[in-house]
Amino acid sequence: MSEYLPLVVLFILSTLVAAIAVALGHLFGPRRPTERKLQPYESGMTPFGPGTRRMPVRFYLVAVLFILFDIEVVFFIPWAVVYRKLGLFGFVEMLLFAGILEIAFVYAWKKGALEWE
Amino acid sequence: MLFGETTTTGPTFFALAPLVLLFPLLGLLINLIWGGRLPEKAIGGIASGAVGLTFGVAILQMLSLFSHPEGTVIPLVDWITIGELNISWGIQVDTLSVTMMLVVSGVGCLIHIYAIAYMHDDVRLNGDPARYRRFFVFFNLFILAMMTLVSADNYLMLFVGWEGVGLCSYLLIGFWYDKGKDGIGNALAGNKAFITNRIGDFGFLLAAFTMFGLFGSFDFDQVFGQVEQVAELLPTGILLITIFMLIGVTGKSAQLPLYVWLPDAMAGPTPVSALIHAATMVTAGVYLITRSHPLYAVVPQAQSLVAWVGTLTALFAATIAIAQFDIKKVLAYSTISQLGFMVAAVGMGAYVPGMFHLVTHAFFKALLFLSSGSVIQGVERGLHEVEHHHKGKHSAGHHLDPQDMRNMGGLRERMPTTFWVYLIGALALAGIMPLAGFWSKDEILLKASYKDVRLYTLLSIAAFFTAFYMARQIILVFFGKPRSEAAAYASESPKLITIPLIILAVLSVFGGALNLPGIHAFGHWLEHTVHHVPGVKGGVELPEFSLQVAAISTGIALLAIILGWLIYARWGETLQKEKKPYVDPLELTAKPIFSVLTNKYWVDELYWALLVNPYKAFSRWLAEQVDWRFWHDWLHDAVLVNGFKRLTVLLAQPIDLGIIDGIANGLATLIQGGAAYLRRFQTGYVRNYALAVFFGVVAIMSYLIFVLR
Amino acid sequence: MWADRLAVLPVIVIGAWAVLLTVADLYIPEHRRRITAILAALGLIVGLVVNLFIQRHNPQTAYFGLAIADGFSSFLNVLFLLSGLLGIAVAHGYLQRQNIARSEYYSLLLFSISGMMLMGMAADLIIVFIALELLSIPLYVMAGFHRDRLDSEEAALKYFLLGAFAGGFVVYGIALIYGATGSTRIAAILSAVQSGSASPILLTVGAALILVGLGFKVAAVPFHMWTPDVYQGAPSSVTAFMAVGAKAAGFAALLRVFLLAFPTLSDKLVPLLWALAALTMIVGNIVAIVQSNIKRLLAYSSIAHAGYILMATVTLGQSRLMADAAAAALFYLLAYLLTNFGAWAVVIALEREEGKGLSIQDYAGLGKKYPALAAAMSVFMLSLIGVPPTVGFLGKFYLFRAVLEGGFVGLAVIGVLTSLVSAYYYLRVVVVMYMQEGEPVVNRDALLHWTAALSAIAVLALSLFATPLFQWATQATLYAAQ
Repeated sequence: MSEYLPLVVLFILSTLVAAIAVALGHLFGPRRPTERKLQPYESGMTPFGPGTRRMPVRFYLVAVLFILFDIEVVFFIPWAVVYRKLGLFGFVEMLLFAGILEIAFVYAWKKGALEWE
Repeated sequence: MLFGETTTTGPTFFALAPLVLLFPLLGLLINLIWGGRLPEKAIGGIASGAVGLTFGVAILQMLSLFSHPEGTVIPLVDWITIGELNISWGIQVDTLSVTMMLVVSGVGCLIHIYAIAYMHDDVRLNGDPARYRRFFVFFNLFILAMMTLVSADNYLMLFVGWEGVGLCSYLLIGFWYDKGKDGIGNALAGNKAFITNRIGDFGFLLAAFTMFGLFGSFDFDQVFGQVEQVAELLPTGILLITIFMLIGVTGKSAQLPLYVWLPDAMAGPTPVSALIHAATMVTAGVYLITRSHPLYAVVPQAQSLVAWVGTLTALFAATIAIAQFDIKKVLAYSTISQLGFMVAAVGMGAYVPGMFHLVTHAFFKALLFLSSGSVIQGVERGLHEVEHHHKGKHSAGHHLDPQDMRNMGGLRERMPTTFWVYLIGALALAGIMPLAGFWSKDEILLKASYKDVRLYTLLSIAAFFTAFYMARQIILVFFGKPRSEAAAYASESPKLITIPLIILAVLSVFGGALNLPGIHAFGHWLEHTVHHVPGVKGGVELPEFSLQVAAISTGIALLAIILGWLIYARWGETLQKEKKPYVDPLELTAKPIFSVLTNKYWVDELYWALLVNPYKAFSRWLAEQVDWRFWHDWLHDAVLVNGFKRLTVLLAQPIDLGIIDGIANGLATLIQGGAAYLRRFQTGYVRNYALAVFFGVVAIMSYLIFVLR
Repeated sequence: MWADRLAVLPVIVIGAWAVLLTVADLYIPEHRRRITAILAALGLIVGLVVNLFIQRHNPQTAYFGLAIADGFSSFLNVLFLLSGLLGIAVAHGYLQRQNIARSEYYSLLLFSISGMMLMGMAADLIIVFIALELLSIPLYVMAGFHRDRLDSEEAALKYFLLGAFAGGFVVYGIALIYGATGSTRIAAILSAVQSGSASPILLTVGAALILVGLGFKVAAVPFHMWTPDVYQGAPSSVTAFMAVGAKAAGFAALLRVFLLAFPTLSDKLVPLLWALAALTMIVGNIVAIVQSNIKRLLAYSSIAHAGYILMATVTLGQSRLMADAAAAALFYLLAYLLTNFGAWAVVIALEREEGKGLSIQDYAGLGKKYPALAAAMSVFMLSLIGVPPTVGFLGKFYLFRAVLEGGFVGLAVIGVLTSLVSAYYYLRVVVVMYMQEGEPVVNRDALLHWTAALSAIAVLALSLFATPLFQWATQATLYAAQ
């Protein structure tokens, strides 16, 4: 590994050089900040305030629920492929899984996540 | 082990070899650091002195080689050692590299001295005194890079020098970066040279990588030692290496098809043209092939390809030179043509003639370029004289190009010294006995006549054109009557300029003595290196002098000169009386051919249409469609910025308010002692926390790297 | 195939209970929230009982060797379930006072506990990761439970972002170890390491990356930066639970994975663990000095204690000592559980709406007005320093003994010195309570007061009956180390 030492040295040196360059610029460069310059995106749009139109939060709620259940259901596919090999054990396990999923669904339903108004 | 490492047969100065790198480095450092406070003469003196000392070291190496012709390698440093890869850097001292050192530092020293006066005029006439120092720093840097190139003991270090001289070339072509067409012409010329060379360098790199793949080393000794084994196993591999290498050579030595940068490179100051673009850097390709001759020896296909590339370049460029009006452009195409001769020679296995021509060419082409610089400055002085007379008025001289031969004429009387040295250089180039160029060119032609009669014929035609365009140039510049007021008021250059010219003229006259037929001093000298490579047979053949060939080539040259005299001195003079703007007599008689030649076969335009424009269009497409539309508009604006904006709103408000709350609650009032310092890291910004985690990981990984090795 | 499910029954019980509680809660009327809390506590008690019954002397693997039930996990199960019970005790009234009494709190708590228990049983690195996520995600939500308050939201987001960051390191480490050994099973890793077929570089780097991820969970310096902000921002009841549960789970994984799988890497990892422990103790204790907010103070105290427990890991590779050190760590965790919950009970008792009552100055006069509460708080502070006769003293005693036997005198010295430093800021609380005049306001919440009182009694009493407790811990660890 000792032959990697030059690489380490190179790494350190290049970091140093970069750091020194930045530091020198910081030390000697003129600083005339204006309000615009200090913004995260100079000559861009102001990043504060509502950037986009308002969206009803329900969209997100529905989207999140969809993704959740969608992904959970994907687990059925590999299970189905090896279903015969798993036998009763696999069946019961998947029943449990589906049951838990159902409970989550009932919870979401009961909490009103599926109601639009 | 500084002095006189004693060996069996006596003391040598090999150990001093690293000084060839040290002196230019010192020179450039001194000028870089203190140059701002030194007067011009001191700057130039330091730079020239550095190169002069380098030359002295090279002489010592030469003397040592007389007693130890086998040479040596002076190890400097282990450059890169990673795993299996071990690249050390040493100084190769043998007859070949020392020949190059002598040429580079010797001619380089003269050109440095010349530049002291030449660049003084530049500063006086064009302003900005700081340029003077810049010029000499670059110039020394070039010598350093060139020395690195020729003294390298492996291909990778050679490549470092190769790139280094390319960089200096770029810097010096664009030396007057604010001048030229539209104020950027010179900068564009520099760009062109650099980009074209990059294409060639790419070939070099491919060659180097292939070589490392096949031989497992970059060292000359190791590579050449294995050539025979590898050639039996994988001949295509070596063929690939040599052809890739040839691509590199066509770039650096301005051969077909990559020669296009060299004429444009004349935008640089004339000493640059003389040193870099005529005498030394452009011959690096010839050196490379000579150095790699054990490789080329086992692949005849590559050799003949090299020979053909060189021969065609020689002929092609010589024809273009006939129809140029810029005094330096003529010389530039002449250089390309002469480089073609050299490349053809080494391609035919005639390494000694090739190197011999390299040396003599360095003498007379440097002489020609420097003299042309003297001419240009003479005309410029005339121009200022004229302007002085017409003070206040807008004189016609303003638009006059001091490099255009149509504006010259009759300078023989105004600049006698320059005329005589120019004449010597031209005759040497044309190959008139007994000047240097005759002997070296004759050897090449002789070899070609043995090797392939087609090559011989083409080269002879090229030689004819060479003599012709030189005759044309001499007559246009120095004979007849002045065709402009500036030419009429031109004046001779100062001593500092003419003395190097005279020395170079002497060398151009007697340079042929190096390798006179029958004695072959240079051949025997090089033989030690070009012959003494283990496992390669017949590196050098010393051709006998052939009266027949010599007579033919002399006859061709004389014929061309006489023809030139008839056309330009006799006919041209009569024409000139009628037409005010000068017209080339050939243009009148053979206008279509002449305009093809003036426009350089439209190769530039062809490259532009075939390569540059499609490439630019592609870039524009990438920039506008891919970068702007897709990357910026869609991905950046639509996806990233909007996403980030939402995140910022989410983050900024709680953090901002959190901090303000914190201050209001007096959280910050209790800062005390060292503990307070640590607390400063607790900024409240998630990114800083993540950074801390990251630093922790880096620290742990760094520790593990040390533990695990 | 079904029999080995019995081994992981406690986890199944708590997990199933959490699921059922989620549903059951939907049918419990709004004004009967107390029922949910009681049901959750009931579940934890059932879990405790089950754990007690199935406790066995032979380790038993389950789920094809993915999980293992042994003394180590049994001990930790008790620890986690206890912290759950105490967590409910300190939370119930607090949530109502803060107007954040939503019943999901208890299900989330149970889910998180099931993750912690799974962590203690993990015999496979994949399970370590799943457990890590299972215990963390509910905590992220709970940290942001006070969603009207920005600092709570901030805490949740920070914890989530950095937790995800750290989780990435764990996964990367697991991947590297898999690449080195071809397995994620701890036993298989050990045999691959011992047979020398594993690439030591990949293995060590992988181990280091796992260390980073778990170091984040246990709040070891320099992966601790989130701790003060999250502990301060999160609802206090969540912080109390998180400080013990998440830390104990992190150490469970750290001890099991490192002590069992990587003893042969000790020459590379021990200096690392040493430095981590030392740094954590030093930074945690020193920065705590300048804190004026009691929640932040306890956050840094929590970092510092992570440093002490980390000391146990430097015995890695010394097979004779590893069991002792792990036992000491378990004992320390138990001591910390009691002390910490007690201290947080007092903090919660004094906390008022809008985050008021959290400055140390707000404790002025507590000694006069509420002598019992102040006395309890003093006991906890002394235990955190490690003064006899408290259980905190014994925890430090066992730890330092293991470390000294391992030959790490320097580390022990750092531990003792930083303990002395810590006395300064812990005692400042006591000083403010007794020596300064003030009008402290204390919430009327019987459960809270009982928690504080019982914890204080336990802290004192268990220091007298420490030997059987420590023996239990010793036995527990022995099985894991085999």
